[in-house]
Amino acid sequence: MRAYVARRVAQAVVVLVLVSLGGFSVLHLAPGGPAAIYAMSPTMAAEDLERLTRELGLDQPLHVQYVKWARGLLTANWGRSYRDGRLVLEVVTDRVPATLVLMLSAFSVAILVGLATGIVSAVRQYSVFDHLVTLSAMVALSIPTFWLGLMGIYVFAELLGALPPGNIGTIGAPFALADRLRHLVLPASTLGVVMVATWSRYTRASMLEVIGEDYIRTARAKGVSGAAVVLKHALKNALIPLITLGGLQLPLVFSGALVTETIFTWPGMGRLFVDSIGYRDYPVLMGILILTATLVVAGNLVADLAYAAIDPRIRHA
Amino acid sequence: MSTVTTTADALAVPARQGLSSLVLARFARHRPAVASVVVIACLGLGALLADRVSPRDPLRIELAHKFAAPLTKGHLLGADELGRDVLSRLLHAGRISLSVGLAAMAVTVVVGTVLGSVAGYFGRSLDAVLLRLTDAMLSFPPIFMLLALAAFVRPSLPSMTVIIAVTSWMDVTRMVRGQVLSLREQEFVTGARALGAGAARIMVRHLFPNTVGIIAVAATLSVARAILLESYISFLGYGIQPPLASWGNMLNNAQSYFSTAPWVAIFPGLVITLAVTSFNFLGDGLRDALDPRSVQSRA
Repeated sequence: MRAYVARRVAQAVVVLVLVSLGGFSVLHLAPGGPAAIYAMSPTMAAEDLERLTRELGLDQPLHVQYVKWARGLLTANWGRSYRDGRLVLEVVTDRVPATLVLMLSAFSVAILVGLATGIVSAVRQYSVFDHLVTLSAMVALSIPTFWLGLMGIYVFAELLGALPPGNIGTIGAPFALADRLRHLVLPASTLGVVMVATWSRYTRASMLEVIGEDYIRTARAKGVSGAAVVLKHALKNALIPLITLGGLQLPLVFSGALVTETIFTWPGMGRLFVDSIGYRDYPVLMGILILTATLVVAGNLVADLAYAAIDPRIRHA
Repeated sequence: MSTVTTTADALAVPARQGLSSLVLARFARHRPAVASVVVIACLGLGALLADRVSPRDPLRIELAHKFAAPLTKGHLLGADELGRDVLSRLLHAGRISLSVGLAAMAVTVVVGTVLGSVAGYFGRSLDAVLLRLTDAMLSFPPIFMLLALAAFVRPSLPSMTVIIAVTSWMDVTRMVRGQVLSLREQEFVTGARALGAGAARIMVRHLFPNTVGIIAVAATLSVARAILLESYISFLGYGIQPPLASWGNMLNNAQSYFSTAPWVAIFPGLVITLAVTSFNFLGDGLRDALDPRSVQSRA
């Protein structure tokens, strides 16, 4: 196990270095470059621009800039936002809680609904229910999240007036849990739909695999009742491979969150990212790119290690 | 109890019919996939013949028809905020969105196949490097990466295609690598090598034909992904620019007109969903048809 952990951690570090290189070069090699926003400003004189370029270190060779930036990244010095001069780390972490609340609620709903439908689908394979679930899972995976959000707003806010169309809470009102929850329902369900589909499909596939195993037949032959076989013997083993799904899904969930936050004016990281693109705010963009990618790498690492801890076959493979 | 009969069936069938008809027969059994072929054909024809079948000029502004409801003033699916015909715009947008989807798929598949074959065949350090690179690219949430790239180039059909391919090649690479990895140890490859075939010849003549099946599946799924991604960037304003219509950018301002004209928001989204679902089902059906083991599982 120790060798496996060491290998996986080393791989994750290599991936992180590549991630930081990728994020850095994407934004620095892009036409315009980080100084473009200042060059566009009419009040900016040529000598001021030159001085600024020097101060920001943009005149140095790329690898020097990268090393300087990477060192800052490790020492929690992520630079300052071009937009308002605030510390990037502060700007970004301000937005993390809203995104986390949204993602965690969507995750919990998705796992519950996905597991339930996946189990029933597998047990009643090729039934009407199974076909219906398989069909709707495919459609759910294909709907553009932004359109689903728009339709949600149209039906539940515009037509029925049952739920608020956006924001994290009523503007100007003091914090109230009920109010926050009401604002959470639509965005969380929108983000949850794609995840439900994936969880349902994976659960079904995993359950079908386990149900075909000998030990399930043995349990049945010994007279264990149908429900007990499914829930006690099959489900426990079918759940193990699903551990990695949480990690694998993270990139898509972040992407979905960006779109959902934009539609619902939710003050999270995704919306900050979209706003920052409009301002060419490179330090913030790089900060968010690196932070999300790091979380994805970490999520996958944790999921893989947990999987290996539970299933010894993995770490010896 | 049914093992005997199924084995007998499996042995009997290939003797009577060829491989292609067997694949076709298996594909025909996947009803959603067959329906998808019809839908894709309709969408494709609509896009190809958009100039002929569109009731109106998709760019013609007619303020008297502003927000005309569906089935009024000669607009089957209504008119938008500038009085442009929604149906005509959808048909023309199909050209843009489907072209981006197909072109991005082509680039994705070529890049993925080459990288996957090289990584799988040569193995060792080259494989390790490519794998880590794939992992790194997969760690970026796709929309974040896409937006970061799209925001800094002038949006056009070719630039959208390249950007989508840059963020999509990893899945094909992994699938092809896996297949090549298992194929290269097989006897016919050893045989070819013994006869003096070089790496390039083995990859092109011996390995590639054996990966065509999974490449076809991956290609179909990547069309679905590309159409979806195009709609995301265009919706967020960094893709195809108005007045040119794409399925995604037709939804740009839809949110502001909900109360007056919901159809402006409803129809483009329905078409995107229809197109993406169809390509996903088609990929599903192909996978079942091409993989003899997957007759049972359709997960």
